[in-house]
Amino acid sequence: MDYAWDFGPVLGRFDMLALGLLNTVKIAAVSIVLGVLVGLVLAMMRLSSRRWLNVPALVFIEFYRNTPPIVHFFWFFYALPVMLAISLNPYVAAVLALSTQSGAFYAEVFRGGIVSIERGQWEGGRALGMTHSALMRRIIIPQAIARMVPPFIERSFELLKTTALASTLAYADLLYQAMMVNAETFRPLEVYTTIALMYLVLLVTASQLARLAENRLTAYQ
Amino acid sequence: MAGKPILETKALHKRFGDHHVLRGIDFTVEPGERVAIIGGSGSGKSTFLRCLNFMETLSEGEVWLDGTRIGVERKGTVTYPEKQLCQVRERLGMVFQQFNLFPHMSVLDNVMEGLVTVKRMSRPEARRVAEAELAKVGLSEKHDAWPGRLSGGQQQRVAIARALSMQPEILLFDEPTSSLDPELVGEVLRVIKQLAEEGRTMLLVTHELGFAYHFATKVIFLAHGVFHEVGTPDEVLKNPRQARTQDFLRRFGEFAF
Ligand SMILES: Nc1ncnc2c1ncn2[C@@H]1O[C@H](COP(=O)(O)OP(=O)(O)OP(=O)(O)O)[C@@H](O)[C@H]1O
Ligand SMILES: [Mg+2]
Repeated sequence: MDYAWDFGPVLGRFDMLALGLLNTVKIAAVSIVLGVLVGLVLAMMRLSSRRWLNVPALVFIEFYRNTPPIVHFFWFFYALPVMLAISLNPYVAAVLALSTQSGAFYAEVFRGGIVSIERGQWEGGRALGMTHSALMRRIIIPQAIARMVPPFIERSFELLKTTALASTLAYADLLYQAMMVNAETFRPLEVYTTIALMYLVLLVTASQLARLAENRLTAYQ
Repeated sequence: MAGKPILETKALHKRFGDHHVLRGIDFTVEPGERVAIIGGSGSGKSTFLRCLNFMETLSEGEVWLDGTRIGVERKGTVTYPEKQLCQVRERLGMVFQQFNLFPHMSVLDNVMEGLVTVKRMSRPEARRVAEAELAKVGLSEKHDAWPGRLSGGQQQRVAIARALSMQPEILLFDEPTSSLDPELVGEVLRVIKQLAEEGRTMLLVTHELGFAYHFATKVIFLAHGVFHEVGTPDEVLKNPRQARTQDFLRRFGEFAF
């Protein structure tokens, strides 16, 4: 192979890639926060014994589990505006797609954590005279959180990688910026190698932070 | 003993679906009584104990605590408000076969939990009470340990301290030694014996017939959903009158009193 590697042109536009990385982190962070809120609401609905709360949440979750993520991006960007007669910018559409997707998966993570707590824990607290809400707050949720951490982190990594789909809506994330730089420099090998490494550094850094958090939350196990 | 009953059940029934486990139980406990409940596996011993502090909801019948009926009756239907049940459970301490300690809290925090969360005691005050209860069960050096790091016998003693911390009027034990290795049974039975010497009112479901004989003031043989035979330890364990009790004791073989 006598290809002459030259990162010069790409590094010359590194400011564009850095902006893309920043936007990727921003959209991921916002979507994780909103996704957690969506997930909490859905999880509470799923844990309820009332069918009119339970069934819609189940349908929502199953819908997201059984459709490709890119369809959600297109639906929020192209379909929802038609339905509501509004226009959505790529950022908002992508955040909506990412946070509802992750919310559907987080809901199962949260619910799974709660139902994994043994019956004996409920009974131990109840036998002391604790109310349902005190039991939840003091006994069940603290233990459930420790069990939720690993699957939660895994889902958040999925989300971080899925942010690349926002580029299909022309949102200026890392992948989209790379396409722009490529169009200017005609250096696909260097451009896409560079951003692959940037994604790698981002995810490895995030996983180190996640491991720290995990160790703190599961110290007693 | 002809005192005023502290705990009473009237025509207590419990069904799980079609399975009629308890079939009309009338029962009284007077202060200072120690009742041992024996019977075959699946006969409903745990269910009976759990109905007393409403871990299970009654299918029919009444539970009275210190002269007051539990539950609120309105137009023929009885409801059990959470607040009332919490108060009842506070007054009836329960010790489980599987300990049910809170694994995410230190030993000391386990014992303080009810005091702080239910009794709304300040933490320093709760700490003093909890330390005293742990000293009583011989676990003063284990305050800061995680429950999961203790032996089964130690865990059960923490669970007893946790129940005692609430100053319950009655203690309910559901096979407190059944999940322990044989060499750890003694340390837990010693604590229970010590509580007996203090004159506490206690109900104990057990397969340790030898211990039941020395521990109890009254022994109950539960079979087919009813109290089949009730009497003193000598009456029920040594000279049972009912054929079914005799059968049960024979199957348990020789046990040393
Ligand atoms: N939550 C429940 N749902 C359905 N059936 C139950 C439930 N709890 C208990 N049972 C049934 O009720 C019967 C009595 O159970 P219980 O646990 O009270 O027996 P036990 O006398 O304590 O037995 P063991 O000596 O094995 O502890 C059993 O047949 C059991 O299968
Ligand atoms: Mg039992």
